[in-house]
Amino acid sequence: MKLLLKGGRLVDPASGRDETVDIQILDGRIERIAGSISLPKGFEEIDLRGKIVAPGFIDMHVHLREPGYEHKETIESGCRSAAAGGFTAVCCMPNTNPAIDDESVARYVHEKAKSVCDGIVDVYPIGAATKGRKGTELAPMAELAQAGAVGFSDDGSPIASAEIMRRALEYSSMYGVPVIQHAEESTMTQDGCMNEGVTSTRLGILGIPPIAEELMVVRDIILLGYVPKARYHVAHISTKGALRHVRKAKSDGMNITCEVTPHHFTLQEEVVASFDTNTKMNPPLRTKEDVAAMKEGLRDGTIDAIATDHAPHTIDEKEVEYTQAPFGIVGLETSVGLCMTELVHKKVLTLMQMIQKLSTNPRRILSLPAIKFNEGEMANITVLDPDLDWTVDSAMLRSKSKNSPFDGYRLKGKAIGIINNGKMLFS
Amino acid sequence: MKLKSRHLLGLDGMSREEITLILDTAISFREILDRPIKKVPPLQGKTVVNLFFESSTRTRISFELAERRLSADVVSFSAATSSVGKGETLKDTARNIEAMKIDMVVIRHAAAGSSHFLSRVVDANVINAGDGGHEHPTQGLLDMYTLREKFGSLEGLRVCIVGDITHSRVARSNIFGLTTMGAHVSVCGPATLIPRDLEQLGVTVYHRLEDVIPEIDALNVLRIQLERQKSGLFPSLREYHRFFGVTKEKVSKGPKPITIMHPGPINRDVELSADLADSEHSVILQQVTNGVAIRMAVLYLLGTSN
Repeated sequence: MKLLLKGGRLVDPASGRDETVDIQILDGRIERIAGSISLPKGFEEIDLRGKIVAPGFIDMHVHLREPGYEHKETIESGCRSAAAGGFTAVCCMPNTNPAIDDESVARYVHEKAKSVCDGIVDVYPIGAATKGRKGTELAPMAELAQAGAVGFSDDGSPIASAEIMRRALEYSSMYGVPVIQHAEESTMTQDGCMNEGVTSTRLGILGIPPIAEELMVVRDIILLGYVPKARYHVAHISTKGALRHVRKAKSDGMNITCEVTPHHFTLQEEVVASFDTNTKMNPPLRTKEDVAAMKEGLRDGTIDAIATDHAPHTIDEKEVEYTQAPFGIVGLETSVGLCMTELVHKKVLTLMQMIQKLSTNPRRILSLPAIKFNEGEMANITVLDPDLDWTVDSAMLRSKSKNSPFDGYRLKGKAIGIINNGKMLFS
Repeated sequence: MKLKSRHLLGLDGMSREEITLILDTAISFREILDRPIKKVPPLQGKTVVNLFFESSTRTRISFELAERRLSADVVSFSAATSSVGKGETLKDTARNIEAMKIDMVVIRHAAAGSSHFLSRVVDANVINAGDGGHEHPTQGLLDMYTLREKFGSLEGLRVCIVGDITHSRVARSNIFGLTTMGAHVSVCGPATLIPRDLEQLGVTVYHRLEDVIPEIDALNVLRIQLERQKSGLFPSLREYHRFFGVTKEKVSKGPKPITIMHPGPINRDVELSADLADSEHSVILQQVTNGVAIRMAVLYLLGTSN
């Protein structure tokens, strides 16, 4: 690989740089960065005038479905989807079959990823917090961490028992690995299919009360106060109430972080009235006030990261009665477009802040090495076209599954290429 | 004037003019029901299928009668006799029906939104005969027809729905329809069986029958399901009957007689006392007769508009 990235605007939160530069890359490594570099012999020039060069994006909340549910997604199709969406790395959740609750499964996932899509996408497994994700016995966290797990979670289900949560926080704290909680007090959410509120009342669909999320976050914050050396991360936060408690805990100096999905800062519960099962996910779409709170949380820094909760399901699984349909939507290929359209172009976040939440912050939360734009460093880059107008077409998604509520959405801004591990992919 | 939609999926969002059109159309069909020959020809050559994925006696018979009296060819099936028991999905069932060139489909299903789902996958006109806890629009319409017949107008009429509102499609269709028509709607029931955001639908909430009885013209009493007790939403049928059961004694405390309605089937002496169900103020059997006329009106308006 001999590349000259010409005239792109480098926006790098780690160094605070925001300037137009040329970047010369040899065999995947940054050889030179300068205001203007003339094309060396044998190098390919890529014209990036008007484009953004950012540290490679990571989606820290993805369901790759392999092993066990390869009809929905595989590590290969998931990586292809990630690459097309502008991600050089993903974290995959352990609700596979078998679950990633044992080092052999963690190693399988980690190694398999190196052999698919030329290894351009790094896959970091999230280990299960408990054996079989059953919530009763701790998973072998030390072995999992050694095998490459960067976080622990029973995602899909909450870690319901307070005792087990305390022990998970204590045990994971020895390795500095965060516990990622799917925050849901599930005794309150049985049979619920959408947010409890005026829309669920209108539609006669049983509700998932917003306080079910808030209650679990509050409980966990109290537990975290008791185990202060632990690190706690709230997955897919969706309610104004839970966010308020995270903000307070942060101001108290606690080791707490959180992420939001693009659908939770874009869509409101009213869209469920279509009975389109691609509006069914858990946590469910919430109210206008919650969406506004998510944007405020992104702006004021309470929300550290944007992650998609990419959850592929086949058409046959989703094309059923609303109450029967599985929860979840795909997100890898619409994430950057939604972030640009809803956050950057609407001036909720600066480009620099958005890149922090898609790259710098999630890498910090997961203790992954920081991406540096220095000579001699490996190039790990996402390239954006900030003004590209495009329309989402579910049928064209690289993911094996097409369950997106954003089919037909017109977006402004798109990831157009990535460079990682000595490989490049431009659309 | 015509209905805006090709389907009748619910009363939520339906205009006052559309509801009035259906109620007015039903008047002439109601008259036909008193004739010695009750059959008229408008749906001759049309095929209607009744898909009942949930058990129902009166709604299914009411629809079948309405269809036959409009001279449609009728096929009915219920979950017990169809392939649904063999694991066939609703989508496949619908596609098969479509392949058989059916003109209209009436569907009753336990899942909210199932009639919306069906309307997206088939070309036929779809009529919702009850979808989970969502809507039962023909029941809402026949209740409004019965009230209008008795009181002359729905404007300003004060109607209270008693019982399990959370799980009731009858309650929702009545709330949407009656509020659109200018009636004052209240509900009365245990706090655990009333959605916490219900007032945002323009409804007043009561928890004591004695508070609401002096304020109303009609009571629509819902059937209480024993399953709700098992899921912890109310303590016992005995307690329910004592505090929310509608009895002659409680109703007589009002300043004037209250009209009693019930969508059926009645748990006699649980949610409604037997003497009241059979009293002169009960319009429960008129509801049943009017149901056929309303369903004829809906079938006629949808089936002859294409």
